[in-house]
Amino acid sequence: MGWTGKVLRVDLTNGTCSDEDLNMEWADQYLGQRGLASKYLAEEINPKVDPLSADNKLIFVTGPLTGTCASTGGRYSVVTKGALTGAIACSNSGGYLGAELKFAGYDMIIFEGRAKKPVYLYLIDGKAELLDASEIWGTSVWDTDAWLKSRHQEPQMHVAAIGIAGENQVLYACIVNDLHRAAGRSGVGAVMGSKNLKAVAVRGTGGVKVDDFKAFLKATNDGKKVLAENAVTGEGLPTYGTQVLMNVIHEAGALPTHNSKDVQFDGARDISAEAMAEPRGKDGKPNLLANQACFGCTIACGRISKIDEEHYTVVNKPEYWHASGGLEYEAAWALGAATGVNDLEALTYANFICNEQGLDPISFGATLGAAMELYEEGIITDKDTGGLKLKFGSAKALTKSAELVGKAEGFGKVLGLGSKKMCDKYGKPELSMTVKGQEFPAYDPRGVQGMGLTYATSNRGACHLRSYTVSSEILGIPEKTDPHTSDGKAGLVKAFQDATSAVDSTGLCVFTTFAWTLEDIAPQVDAALSGKWDVDRLLETGERIWNLERQFNLKAGFTKKDDTLPKRLLKDAAKTGPAKGKVNDLGKMLPEYYQLRGWTKDGVPTNETLSRLAL
Amino acid sequence: MKVTLKLYASLGSFLPAGAHRNAIEIEVPDGSSIGDVLAQHQVPRENCHLILVNGHFAPPATADEKVLTDGDVLAVWPPVAGG
Repeated sequence: MGWTGKVLRVDLTNGTCSDEDLNMEWADQYLGQRGLASKYLAEEINPKVDPLSADNKLIFVTGPLTGTCASTGGRYSVVTKGALTGAIACSNSGGYLGAELKFAGYDMIIFEGRAKKPVYLYLIDGKAELLDASEIWGTSVWDTDAWLKSRHQEPQMHVAAIGIAGENQVLYACIVNDLHRAAGRSGVGAVMGSKNLKAVAVRGTGGVKVDDFKAFLKATNDGKKVLAENAVTGEGLPTYGTQVLMNVIHEAGALPTHNSKDVQFDGARDISAEAMAEPRGKDGKPNLLANQACFGCTIACGRISKIDEEHYTVVNKPEYWHASGGLEYEAAWALGAATGVNDLEALTYANFICNEQGLDPISFGATLGAAMELYEEGIITDKDTGGLKLKFGSAKALTKSAELVGKAEGFGKVLGLGSKKMCDKYGKPELSMTVKGQEFPAYDPRGVQGMGLTYATSNRGACHLRSYTVSSEILGIPEKTDPHTSDGKAGLVKAFQDATSAVDSTGLCVFTTFAWTLEDIAPQVDAALSGKWDVDRLLETGERIWNLERQFNLKAGFTKKDDTLPKRLLKDAAKTGPAKGKVNDLGKMLPEYYQLRGWTKDGVPTNETLSRLAL
Repeated sequence: MKVTLKLYASLGSFLPAGAHRNAIEIEVPDGSSIGDVLAQHQVPRENCHLILVNGHFAPPATADEKVLTDGDVLAVWPPVAGG
């Protein structure tokens, strides 16, 4: 139970859709979503395949609690070999698509091969077909969503689509569902584009059965009570969203600024949650209109914003005057602090473009930050940029670049390579703030030591969501640790990684863990599924998933040498703030981490570890 | 002595007139603690979940013992998180 028991396999090369049974033995071992699809991927593709070739596969996957009445139980993930990184990729999204997929009768969709011409998958209550997408190829995510609903006369349909960025195989293209929720990272949208798959349109009217309904209702109600009564999930996140972190991380001296040359941004207040909520100078209205929840969520941290109609970005563009997905912290950081831009409306416009064209705003903003450093250092000139003045702090450089990159026009084509390949191209690899080819998110490892190890060892390249030690090191959840010491961080990172791997496999949102521990989650999983699921089993499953992903990457060709950070973070001390004078202490943490993981000194899981985890 | 008081999110409404961008420089008696400054501005202590002094964490439970010094920057938030 918790499952429909059905997988939809879509052979794009031959244009066929077929049903198969979900492998329940793997579901028992890997729980669902991230873990389960990673197992399918590892079994079905050669880890050395070119991510953009027909040999790669693209998996849309739900968790056992997706589509249930558990709070936040609407998540799905896209698992594939990442176009940006060449590593295993798992990008998690909210909205309504994941639940709708379950309601339509499927736990998972596996796309394989490559369509000869653009297609979309139309899936309604157990009936799946591939249809011609030539009319919507070349259109935005937003127009695709509207066209599909109109074409099929299904206003309640939910759509995941790529924009022109995915079609052009921009390496950090994402997949956007429900207009502004996204499987954002690692270039999963580029993989979808390489398969000539424009969209997945789903409508379902079924439900999800659970093993013990009475126990499930109690466990999920208990969980909702905890979320409602917790000050962070019951009040802080719904009111201010993740963006409230902007001033926190600036004050803590851990806000990567100007391509990580600095750790504090003078303009942080201008682009923060506080700024979004106050009346603007021009029209007297706030940028933020409302908060929004994903399917089943009782937190509702999402932001809905509206751009000032007189702002230069939209003054003659009424198509951008509507309310849409606003800035979350990571996007605001990348589009703002990383580039030195403090114009909130310009950031909101760039964020709209990312949603419309299907771009990961983290990688886009961070790549632009690196390009700005290349420009200011004279490594690239107006001749390279087509006249774009890529100066730190230039809102016009930000918004123009956002318009160009998805279209792969002019210098946008270079920006679409991502920071690593772009900096390599100009002979300055040291200016790329990446790990395994993926751009950092919004925490500087000199000011938050655990995040250095988090980035270095993340299986999908630099990422905060693989072990969010900021929660402990800055916010004190579940308990406070010192962000400026590396002592104890190897164990902290491992614990966060294993627990998060499990949460990412349930169908729940990781933000619940600001209030929930695995003690709150285990009863919900246990009641939904057959067999006993307690905290120990969740942690063991999380560790198994982590090692499975690691094995995939090792087979793909990654080694210990890839578990590192850019020299800037290891050699150049923070210039200001409470971490002034500090670098990241990765050299001390990494060997201890390998040891705790049961890996060799070269970062390879030992036979004993693999055997213990039944791998 | 002078300290800079920064109150964020819902605590911003407790800032005195003259505050700009969630911050204001204020004059406080020598030896004032974090708790003294918060009390002076009627900031509800139960809502002070994250306190940073010059960017360094100060446990809310020790706010009455932690004495400020001239030039300190005191920043306070209600329950917040993100990611």
